[in-house]
Amino acid sequence: MRADLSIIADLVAPGARVLDLGCGDGELLAYLQAHKQVNGYGLEIDADKITMCLASGVNVIEQNLDTGIANLPDDSFDLVIMTETLQSVRDPNHLLDEMLRVGRECVVTFPNFGHWRCRAQLALNGRMPVSRHLPHAWYDTPNIHLCTFDDFERLCRDKALQIIERFVVDPDHRARPLINRFPNFFGTYAFYRLGRPPSANAGGPLHGAPA
Amino acid sequence: MSNPLPADSVGIVTPQTFRCDAPLALQCGETLPGFELVYETYGTLNAAASNAILICHALSGNHHAAGYHAADDRRPGWWDACIGPGKPIDTNRFFVVSLNNLGGCDGSTGPRSINPATGTEYGPDFPAVTVPDWVRSQALLADHLGIARFAAVIGGSLGGMQAMQWAIDQPDRLQAAVLIACAARLSAQNIAFNEIARQAIISDPSFHGGRYRAHSANPDLGLMLARMVGHVTYLSDDGMRQKFGRELKSGDLALGRDVEFQVESYLHHQGRSFSSRFDANTYLLMTRALDYFDPARDAGDDLVAALERARCRFLVLSFSTDWRFSAERSREIVDALIRARKNVASANIESTHGHDSFLLQIPRYFAVLGTYLNRLADEVSGAR
Repeated sequence: MRADLSIIADLVAPGARVLDLGCGDGELLAYLQAHKQVNGYGLEIDADKITMCLASGVNVIEQNLDTGIANLPDDSFDLVIMTETLQSVRDPNHLLDEMLRVGRECVVTFPNFGHWRCRAQLALNGRMPVSRHLPHAWYDTPNIHLCTFDDFERLCRDKALQIIERFVVDPDHRARPLINRFPNFFGTYAFYRLGRPPSANAGGPLHGAPA
Repeated sequence: MSNPLPADSVGIVTPQTFRCDAPLALQCGETLPGFELVYETYGTLNAAASNAILICHALSGNHHAAGYHAADDRRPGWWDACIGPGKPIDTNRFFVVSLNNLGGCDGSTGPRSINPATGTEYGPDFPAVTVPDWVRSQALLADHLGIARFAAVIGGSLGGMQAMQWAIDQPDRLQAAVLIACAARLSAQNIAFNEIARQAIISDPSFHGGRYRAHSANPDLGLMLARMVGHVTYLSDDGMRQKFGRELKSGDLALGRDVEFQVESYLHHQGRSFSSRFDANTYLLMTRALDYFDPARDAGDDLVAALERARCRFLVLSFSTDWRFSAERSREIVDALIRARKNVASANIESTHGHDSFLLQIPRYFAVLGTYLNRLADEVSGAR
């Protein structure tokens, strides 16, 4: 399995109800289904990836995240996952609220625009950063809302969201001592596990997996 | 044989008849003393009888979904593009059952059958049948064929509604329901189109209150108009522009004489061929069944509660330019299924062909359906 997905899989409790926003080819959900008795749903818009999900027996729903997830009921998932998609949606701020409306907790991963290579390219070359973890040129990038880890944490603070866990890793999804020391400078990807603001966490009991 | 049949065809098929001698109580309160269903099958039922698929037809469909009745048939069954060896509904892997619904005019008991109580044709006196009635009669056919549980029940449009009703009424008798270009209930606009079609038929002087056959007449004009309205709603504006544009079939626009646009010619042809093959009373009955379909009504107007009874998984497919049964209607079904915590997958297929898309060979549509059913075939054959 993709290294980032195996980090997330470790965060999922057996039998949990999971929603995967931008689920791609369904690899994570198929794994969780097979190994953690998780039966959730994935939202995706790419036609080929949807077909791959169907081949894996994943509950894939064709839905564009930019039109929101208002169709999904409150408190219907234990965990809402969004891997490397936050930076390419139209309204990440609102989507975070929505993720924590439909789910008790969420896991968000995204690339760090504050990585030293990005800083160096902009500061020294005067060019928009292009790197292994951000491979697109400015004119064809799907990443319209890039941020640094510090930016993201500031947003979480402003929204009073709980940061339950954070992992910061290198391009190969490995943890490094230097990264742990200076995550916003040496970290490439971050995994945030977030909870609702303490006052809002009065959701009712959650029910079992789909029949 | 001068023209050999295509290699991916199910070949020559022969319709069969299932006769049920037990009375069937219908939702309308009337009882049929017995009934016949004409059906076809393609492929082979495996030893465990676990690989059967039921095809439910739409408004004007019948049992002849695939293959040819004779080597010189000009056209195969109505869903031949989708059913056959190596096709999305793969007859190498599945045993496919396709029937003509109760009330139909292609061999199953319907308005043209003899009413045993009177010794004459039912005509307009044939009782109203509903989608739940169809499902019960189809389940009796499944008993007859030794199929305790279908791998999938599949249908487009009105056929999708039957698949949905199967999921609700026969939860233990299907593993998957495939709902294509359908809706959980008709919109007012949809009922309105059906009513225009019905009025066209009823107001035809040759209709004779539905007893046209006793008068040796047929409401050809009414049926033709009904079908023409139907066809306009089955296509999209874009699709019609692509298919017909403003091409003239005949006449001279400058002189204003005998002008006929291609689109007119198409509608006339569709209308005429329909009125020669379809029974007017059956048309009225089928459109009524469409209008009345509303599984949520029996569950306090709550579709989620209605779908909670289902135990199968669902695949819900819609088409981008379908405005008769729009993608939004499919979304309502998907949302209700998620709320009911059912296993569901969905796709909205890009197509210019409007509602008609569900009958056409559209690459992504066939890839999605074929992939889904291929996995299902692995499961029912024990490969997974």
